[in-house]
Amino acid sequence: MLEDHAKLMAFFEQAEEVVGRKRLQKMVYILKKSGFDFSERYSFHFYGPYSEELSTRIEELCNLGFLVEEKEKEKGYYQYRYTLTDQGTSFLDDSKVQAPNMSEMIDKMNQKSSKFLELVSTMLFFDNFPKEEIEQKVLTVKSKQNYTDEDLEEAWLFIDEMKKH
Amino acid sequence: MSYRHEQLSEEKVFKDPVHRYIHVRDRVIWDLIGTPEFQRLRRIKQLGTTYLTFHGAEHSRFSHSLGVYEIVRRIVENFKGKPNWSEDERLLCLCAALLHDLGHGPFSHSFEKVFDLDHEDFTREVVLGDTKVHDILSKVDPNFPQDVADVINKTYPNKLVVSLISSQIDADRMDYLQRDAFFTGVSYGHFDMERILRVMRPMEDQAVIKESGMHAVEDYIMSRYQMYWQVYFHPVTRSAEVILTKILHRAKELFHSDYIFKLAPTHFISFFEKDVSLNDYLKLDENVAFYYFHIWQEEDDQILADLCRRFVDRDLFKYIEFNPGNQYRELMELKDCFMEAGIDPSYYLEVDSSSDLPYDFYRQGEDEERLPILLQMPNGELKELSRQSDIVEAISGKKRTDHKLYFASDLIDQLPEDSDIKRRIREILKG
Repeated sequence: MLEDHAKLMAFFEQAEEVVGRKRLQKMVYILKKSGFDFSERYSFHFYGPYSEELSTRIEELCNLGFLVEEKEKEKGYYQYRYTLTDQGTSFLDDSKVQAPNMSEMIDKMNQKSSKFLELVSTMLFFDNFPKEEIEQKVLTVKSKQNYTDEDLEEAWLFIDEMKKH
Repeated sequence: MSYRHEQLSEEKVFKDPVHRYIHVRDRVIWDLIGTPEFQRLRRIKQLGTTYLTFHGAEHSRFSHSLGVYEIVRRIVENFKGKPNWSEDERLLCLCAALLHDLGHGPFSHSFEKVFDLDHEDFTREVVLGDTKVHDILSKVDPNFPQDVADVINKTYPNKLVVSLISSQIDADRMDYLQRDAFFTGVSYGHFDMERILRVMRPMEDQAVIKESGMHAVEDYIMSRYQMYWQVYFHPVTRSAEVILTKILHRAKELFHSDYIFKLAPTHFISFFEKDVSLNDYLKLDENVAFYYFHIWQEEDDQILADLCRRFVDRDLFKYIEFNPGNQYRELMELKDCFMEAGIDPSYYLEVDSSSDLPYDFYRQGEDEERLPILLQMPNGELKELSRQSDIVEAISGKKRTDHKLYFASDLIDQLPEDSDIKRRIREILKG
């Protein structure tokens, strides 16, 4: 009961804070593709894998007072900062959900830009294709992002690193 | 004449209660409708368990798929000769519209949740795998099945094509809102689609709406809003979904604990073992699933038999409003009380949240993730709908969520009248 909510809260607890809705979407997707048990389903949206279920669940967590979403202005645009509340921490403790340790991966993702996480998650979305085809697909569906060969190379290294976990 | 361009000698029409007629002239479309994979959609209800709340809601994904095809056919007819539109994409749009739901299984939502499946994966498999649908699409062009799969998967390079089937004002939603309203018999859900289609214009990345059509779009957004709360999120339908989910969980658990079923769950085995082939998947439609639910009422396992009886006889769980934010300690206690009373809380107590449901609200483009609905102003400028419409702004800004607690009230009634545990359960449930 409410296990899916609790799993997300464990993610926020380990992350301490997450800045940006796009970053949040991509981080959970990358964790899910790395084998962590998140139930939110993703499909491809205009800018990469996106989960409507995740968006709604985040709204629920905010409405329940378990999570705080702060809207802040950054260089002319708005972004959202998410942190777990004390009430959320207390719920998580009571829920007895056994969350695996994700903090190392979360730290690694937090060091990257959301544009980079978008690239990685898009590559993972096509992971049933051969490597060359994945690159081709990514460059086609995300032609406006102008990803370079170096970006792709870095993303492959990042994916390899993630897989080691 | 190539197969791609082949036309039927005379137009075929399907009588349809929502669009009056579905018109088919392309040979490819006619052939696709005749495939076993498409005909199977007759045996998958569009609204799953909603028929237990609104008895008219027995319509199938077959009729919805034809409806989406018909809307896209009308849209591309209107796009003919307009900038940003290429007639080369016409057949692709029609095929993707017709086939977009091909991978839906029986009671999709519950099945996907319990067995960790995604109908979009199966749609792709039907389009690309060893199927009649694939044979037909391949006759158009060897790359055509992949193009159709890419449009449905939303990864096709031409975003305008994708937006006709998957965006916040697409043919899929325009059909299901009207069709679901018609078959449930509710008075909301209706909007002036003809007007929307007339003011829809193709742009490079998506279809946009001429500003003069804003009020028709407002009506569409209001319909969505009302249908979500009045039909899709209906608490009684959700109660039936909860029971269905529990049946599947119980059968799966029994299978893994080597329980001997009186009726072996042959059609479910690959689902239980997480090794579902396309063939297995296509064989399990709602008629087959229902057959098992009927027969499982006679099982020795009391929980499985009871849950199946509840589902078949519509003896659903009761529900109360529940706020996990300030009531979760009561929920923990309730679980303990159920255990103490000998009522398994894993099967007879459940919190259901709006995020567990497969429907979304209109959202403004957020972090560029979701394409907003764009209005084309008289000077050609594009503006996001909610910035122009007070009505849309009022309802798209509201982040209303909903949680309910479902429980088998009759099992609680059967506890001894003077027992403390019964009293305590009742106290908690009454708040």
